[in-house]
Amino acid sequence: MSNVISVSGVTKRFGRTRALDGLDLEVRAGEVHGFLGPNGAGKSTAIRVLLGLLRADSGTVRLLGGDPWKDAVELHRRLAYVPGDVTLWPNLSGGEVIDLLGRLRGGLDRDRKRELIERFDLDPRKKGRAYSKGNRQKVALVAALASDAELLLLDEPTSGLDPLMEAVFTDCVAEARERGRTVLLSSHILAEVEKLCDRVSIIRDGRTVETGTLAELRHLTRTSITAELAGPPDGLADLPGVHGLRADGGRVTFEVDDDRLGDALARLAARGVRSLTSRPPTLEELFLRHYRDGDARTANGSTRTAGGDARPVDGDARTASGDAR
Amino acid sequence: MTGTGSLVRLILRRDRLVLPLWVLLLAVLPITQTAGIAELYPTERGLREFAASFGANPALVAMYGPFTHWNAAALGVWRAGFTPVLLGLACLLTVVRHTRVEEETGRRELLGSTVLGRQAGLSAALAVAASANLAVALVVLASFAGPGYPVAGALATGLGYAATGMVFAAVGAVAAQLTESAGGARAIGLSALGVAYLVRMAGDSTGASWLSWLSPFGWSQRMRPFAGEVWWPLALSLAAVALLSLAAYALAGRRDLAAGVLPPRLGPADAVPGFGSPLALAWRLHRGPLLGWSAGFAVFGAVVGAAAKAAADTMAGNARLMEMMARLGGSANVADVFVASVMSIFGMGAAGYAVQAALRMRGEETLMRAEPLLAAPVGRARWMAGHLVFALLGPAVVMLVLGVAVGIAYGASTGDVAGRLPGVAGAAVSQLPAVWSLAGLAVALFGLLPRLTALAWAALALFLLLGQVGALLDLPPAALDLSPFSHLPKLPGGEVAATPLLVLTAIAAALVATGLYGFRRRDVG
Repeated sequence: MSNVISVSGVTKRFGRTRALDGLDLEVRAGEVHGFLGPNGAGKSTAIRVLLGLLRADSGTVRLLGGDPWKDAVELHRRLAYVPGDVTLWPNLSGGEVIDLLGRLRGGLDRDRKRELIERFDLDPRKKGRAYSKGNRQKVALVAALASDAELLLLDEPTSGLDPLMEAVFTDCVAEARERGRTVLLSSHILAEVEKLCDRVSIIRDGRTVETGTLAELRHLTRTSITAELAGPPDGLADLPGVHGLRADGGRVTFEVDDDRLGDALARLAARGVRSLTSRPPTLEELFLRHYRDGDARTANGSTRTAGGDARPVDGDARTASGDAR
Repeated sequence: MTGTGSLVRLILRRDRLVLPLWVLLLAVLPITQTAGIAELYPTERGLREFAASFGANPALVAMYGPFTHWNAAALGVWRAGFTPVLLGLACLLTVVRHTRVEEETGRRELLGSTVLGRQAGLSAALAVAASANLAVALVVLASFAGPGYPVAGALATGLGYAATGMVFAAVGAVAAQLTESAGGARAIGLSALGVAYLVRMAGDSTGASWLSWLSPFGWSQRMRPFAGEVWWPLALSLAAVALLSLAAYALAGRRDLAAGVLPPRLGPADAVPGFGSPLALAWRLHRGPLLGWSAGFAVFGAVVGAAAKAAADTMAGNARLMEMMARLGGSANVADVFVASVMSIFGMGAAGYAVQAALRMRGEETLMRAEPLLAAPVGRARWMAGHLVFALLGPAVVMLVLGVAVGIAYGASTGDVAGRLPGVAGAAVSQLPAVWSLAGLAVALFGLLPRLTALAWAALALFLLLGQVGALLDLPPAALDLSPFSHLPKLPGGEVAATPLLVLTAIAAALVATGLYGFRRRDVG
């Protein structure tokens, strides 16, 4: 399968801040690709690089076989975009904005527009200033989904939507996939990601920390173990790959890296196991770990000597204020 | 009213730069004029002659109000006659900015959920406006009393300014209650300000001087600072402030947060067929200001045109004045000189419109409204072109409207429309190269230094200052030549010189091209 989006080693600085710091991203044709990461990780910056609104400082970016900076106009005929925070012109009605964006992309299917407006329960006659956040989001969604674009770039598209409308959105994206569209979906809503995404990429501090199918990601991680032992769990805490050990009498709970699972089980067996439960991590645990443990990962995994002085600005600020005190 | 104090502090924090700036700039205008005149005409005879020539000029009377006394302070205050208009404008915009804008953006809702009285926002905005006006009055008082001018006159000037400022702050408070959009509120307030100015202008330049008593600008002028002060017109201003404020409070008490008294209108569910290009969108965004400026220029142009013949008749008897004006305006025909000097003032106005229209691009970019278009198959240059049409051709339309309005009104008063119109319209259009070079500067800044686009306004302010007080302050010609307006031929009446017009147009074109080049190569947002 060919890649619709292929990003490698992209960096983007804003003054002293490194918004993107060696980002890699591969989105295959026909898939719904989840794009996850904590606030400020660089998701929106990455999408704006893909749109050719920002120019990458280094690295390569290919989108639909072209260079998004140089071939922006040609590429934009084939994609539709929903920003995370939609702002509308205060004196234009929602219907007018949908028509404007549709016509700029080369025409718009009136029946499809009407159908989407109905499904999203949107009043297209209201002026831009009169819409709530959720309704502004709907205007951008209808404009994007009514287009016949082969690639949809959606930046937290459901922020501000009620659960009913989220369900409508989920259906629409599923339909788009059935029609062979490719979707890059940046989102914080795990249920949405789990339901829609074929593969996900998780980014932190401007770089990709994990990418793959959800099954692969789960597999690559830790397993939670709860066991009742005959004796005290001596030595278990020192075992490599064991995290968060808590012992309460003979009962222990911990997490273990999957490649160390065998060693841990052998150690448990030596202590006399009375009962044992193990379960894969929930999606929440998976994401929380990637969102939180990024620092350790980056520090360990990095061989860049320049890494130290290229820390994000907030790190610098903290150091600076610490010195001041 | 609970929480008004906290909101006042919030407003002062947000406006800590802009508020002191306009308070100080406006408050020192009359003493600057006075000092300049006093230095230029140190003798009583000189002052009397200056007063006799300028005070008899109906165009200046129309613009600044009736002339009162030949002493330097009275002359200076008279020459600074546009200050109350600018002060009223600043107060109006400040009040709308801290009432309706806050509601429209939803920030007031966030604050309103805390311990905050329903009327606290309005009270805070009016309190800040009142403090600013008081500060203006104090600075005016100190600036005149310091060098030893009579205190009574200084007080009358300062209080007159403050009273006018407060009237328009209260007008802003009422306007902010009427519409849901801040733009609508500003339009209502600005219309009120324009009408008040026009009414005073009509009253002072025609025989119907009672008209001036209907305008807040007339009230403060009739306090006659430095010319036998009259205090009671102050009561008229205070009464107007009280009535308007009461109306604003009554309206605010009846409506919901973020709602207006006038109901919002629904738009169409589908766009009209042609609405599908950056140019079509630009038309929707720019047509309001374009129509507003055109209407304003048409009305002011007609008033000025109608006054031109009267000005010529009055001045015709004054040989000395004729000679001076001929030097100044490059023509012996007084009416031509009068029209030419008015054209350059309107040219500055059109430049303001041009900068505003050009910087609309920056506004669209920072409000993230450029993004959806640039994420569609619209190139950067094509997106810019839509706005450039209005930044460059908009001023052309506005100046042409002005030229036609002045030409018809002037022609009608002399009974020779066909003879006057082409020359006057041509004079208006000849301002455009200078106007375009300012628009070009704004475009170049947008392309290369988007964070510094405000420099275009600074340049316009500098050129305005050079044009108004440059000659008075005896600045070297090189400094005066900084302004593109100083290179324009003095039309009608003067020699038509093509070279400066072509050079200025070429500079403007180069600046616009620079802006296009820069924007195509930089990050958006």
